[in-house]
Amino acid sequence: MAGIKLENVTKAYGKLEVVHGIDLEIAHNEFVVLVGPSGCGKSTTLRMIAGLEEITGGVVRIGDRVVNELPPRKRNISMVFQNYALYPHMNVRDNLGFGLKIAGHTAAVIEERVAEAADILGLSELLDRIPAELSGGQRQRVAMGRAIVRHPDAFLFDEPLSNLDAKLRVQMRAEIKKLHAKVATTVVYVTHDQVEAMTLADRIVVMKDGYIEQIGTPMDVFNHPVSTFVASFIGSPPMNLIPATISDGTVRFTDGTALPVPNRLKDLVREGQEVVFGIRADDITPIGHGIHEARETTEIELEVDLAELLGSETLIYSRLAGQEVQCKMFDPRDLTPGERLTFRLSLDKAHIFDAASLQSVRAH
Amino acid sequence: MSRALKNRLRATALWFATFLLMIVISVPGLWVVLSGFRPNREILAKPPVWIPEKLTLNNFAKIFGFGQDQVAIPVLEYFRNSLVIATTSTLIALIIGMAGGYAFARFRFRFKNTWFLGLMLFRTVPGIALSLPVFMLWSRLGIIDTKLGLIIVYVSLNVPFTIWLIDGFFRQIPGSLSEAAQVDGCTRWQAFWRIEFPLARSGIAAAGVFAFLTSWNEFALASQLTRSTDSKTLPVGLMDFTAQFTIDWAGMSAMAFIIIVPALILTFIVQKHLIAGLTFGGVKG
Ligand SMILES: Nc1ncnc2c1ncn2[C@@H]1O[C@H](COP(=O)(O)OP(=O)(O)O)[C@@H](O)[C@H]1O
Ligand SMILES: [Mg+2]
Repeated sequence: MAGIKLENVTKAYGKLEVVHGIDLEIAHNEFVVLVGPSGCGKSTTLRMIAGLEEITGGVVRIGDRVVNELPPRKRNISMVFQNYALYPHMNVRDNLGFGLKIAGHTAAVIEERVAEAADILGLSELLDRIPAELSGGQRQRVAMGRAIVRHPDAFLFDEPLSNLDAKLRVQMRAEIKKLHAKVATTVVYVTHDQVEAMTLADRIVVMKDGYIEQIGTPMDVFNHPVSTFVASFIGSPPMNLIPATISDGTVRFTDGTALPVPNRLKDLVREGQEVVFGIRADDITPIGHGIHEARETTEIELEVDLAELLGSETLIYSRLAGQEVQCKMFDPRDLTPGERLTFRLSLDKAHIFDAASLQSVRAH
Repeated sequence: MSRALKNRLRATALWFATFLLMIVISVPGLWVVLSGFRPNREILAKPPVWIPEKLTLNNFAKIFGFGQDQVAIPVLEYFRNSLVIATTSTLIALIIGMAGGYAFARFRFRFKNTWFLGLMLFRTVPGIALSLPVFMLWSRLGIIDTKLGLIIVYVSLNVPFTIWLIDGFFRQIPGSLSEAAQVDGCTRWQAFWRIEFPLARSGIAAAGVFAFLTSWNEFALASQLTRSTDSKTLPVGLMDFTAQFTIDWAGMSAMAFIIIVPALILTFIVQKHLIAGLTFGGVKG
C-alpha cells in the first residue's frame, strides 16, 4: 500500500534551480503521467522520487516513509529507463532475476517470479537471449519485466516508448495500460507526448519550466485548460489561440470581427480586457459538418486556405484576424482553396485567457 | 581480361604484398629467436647462414648456468625482478586507471578538462628526458637501484594511458545501467563490480596488457636507475653480454627469447579482449 507524496520539492544544480517547489499527491495504485516539453523538469522530478537525484528542498514520501535520505535500493520502487538500461552481458532470465538475486532470494523463488513475469509479458521464449538479440519492443518488455518481478511499491517510467517506432509505440502503450490493470501498482510515468499522457493517465500533471501548470484527469485537462500553455500543449491539433479585446460584450479581434462572449464566461471578463480567445478545431465546423449538438453557437465566415483530408474528417487551414486557425470538417466533401464557407463555432467549448497572465479567466 | 580474373589477380597481388611486408617485419624477430638456438660461430658466419644446420639448447643451458661453459649472468633474478616490477606497476596503474577513468567518465568536477589535458600532455614528454631529474631525486630518496624506484617510474608512465583508455570504455557504458542496478537493489559499489566492471573488462584488459608490455620492455630508464641483481630487469640484463671487446650474440639472443615469450603468451591470452579493446566495440547493444 503506497502512494507517493511530494511536498514543496525543489531541485537545484549548483545555483540553477530547475524544479521550483512541486506539490503532488499520488494515490495508491494511481497512474499519474508527468507531461511537458523537453527540459521542463519531468525526469528530474522522477529521479528525485527514485533516489537517483538528490532532493534539494522539500519532502518526498513513499507510503508513509520520508525517503529523502534513502538510497534507491531502499525505496522499494522500480524504474524503466528511456534506453531500457538492460544489462548487456546477461541474458533475459538474469536481467529479470538480478534484483531478486541481489535481495538474496533463493534460486527457487527467483525462478518462480521470473517465470511469472515472463508469462505476463510474453517473454517465456526469450529467456536465454541476451539483449543484443532482441528487437526494440522485446527489450522494452524485458525492461518492464525487470520492473515487475520485485513487486515494488511503485513503477517509475521515464519516456519508455520514445525509442520505438510509431506503430510499436501505440502497441506498447496499450500493453502498459493492460499491465497496469493486471499488476495494480502506483505508477509515475514521464513523457513529452501528450497523446501518451491522455491515453494512459488516471491523472495528468502538466509541467512547464520546473513548475506544475495543471493537475487533472485527461478530460479535465483537455476540456478546462488553465492556461494557453496547457491549451496548446494538450490535444492535437493544438487549440487555436487568437488575441482579442473585450468590447461591448463581444470578443473583438484585431480585424474588427466580433463574437459573442460565451455565456458561462460573461461574468468573468471585464470591458476593455486584453484576452486570448481559444477554440479547438473540432469546435469550428462548416455548417452541416459538425459532430455534436452544440448548445450555444455562433456563425462565422472563413476562407479555406488549405484542406487536408484525414479520412473521416478534413482539417481546414484558414485565417482569422491574420492568425492561422485550424478547423475540422466531419463527413467531408471536396474543397477548393479560396472557397468561402460559413462555420458554426461552439461557444460553449470556447475559452478565454487573460492576455497578460495567459491564465484562463475561469481560474481563480 | 575478364573482370573475375582481374579481381583474382588483384587479390593475389595484395596477398603477396602483405606477405612480403610481414616477412620484412618479422625477420629481425625470427632472426633473434633462431639465433637463440644456434652457436655463436654460426651467427657470426660470413656469408650468413640463413637456415640453421642444427638447433641447440646450449645457449639456454649456458645462461642458466648448466653445462660446461657457463656465463655468470643471473637470468633468473632478472626474470624475477622484471616480473615483480612489471606486475606490480601494472596492477597499480590499472587500479589508478580504473578509479581515474571512472571519475572522468562519470563525474562532473572542477577543472576536469584541464586535468585530462594535463595527463595527456604528460604522455608527450619522452621518459628519457626525465631520467636525470628522476635519478637525482631517487638517489636523494634512497630508492636508486630498488624495485620500488622502478615501479614508481613505470606507474607514472602508464597511468595517463590507462586512465585515457579506461575512461573511453566507461564513457561508452550508459550511466543508466548503474542506476538501474541501484534501483534493483545494489549499492553504488555493487553496481560497479557487477555491471560496469564486467562491461569495461575488455578495455581494462587492453590497458593492462599495454602497461605490462611497457614496463616489461622498458630499457632506457631502467638502465639508469638500476645497478645490481636486486633490481636489474631483463632488458637491462641483456647488456651483461657485452664485454669490452666481444659480444655474446648467442647468449643475448637466448635471453631475448626469454623476454619475448612471456609478452607473446600474455598477448595471446588476452587477444580477444585486446581486439575488442582496440576496436572499441566492447559494449554495443
Ligand atoms: N546534471 C545536470 N546539471 C545541470 N542541469 C541539469 C542536469 N540535469 C538536468 N539539468 C537541467 O534541468 C532541466 C530539467 O531537465 P529534465 O528533468 O531532464 O527535463 P525533462 O525530463 O523534462 O526533459 C533542464 O533544463 C536541464 O538542462
Ligand atoms: Mg527527460
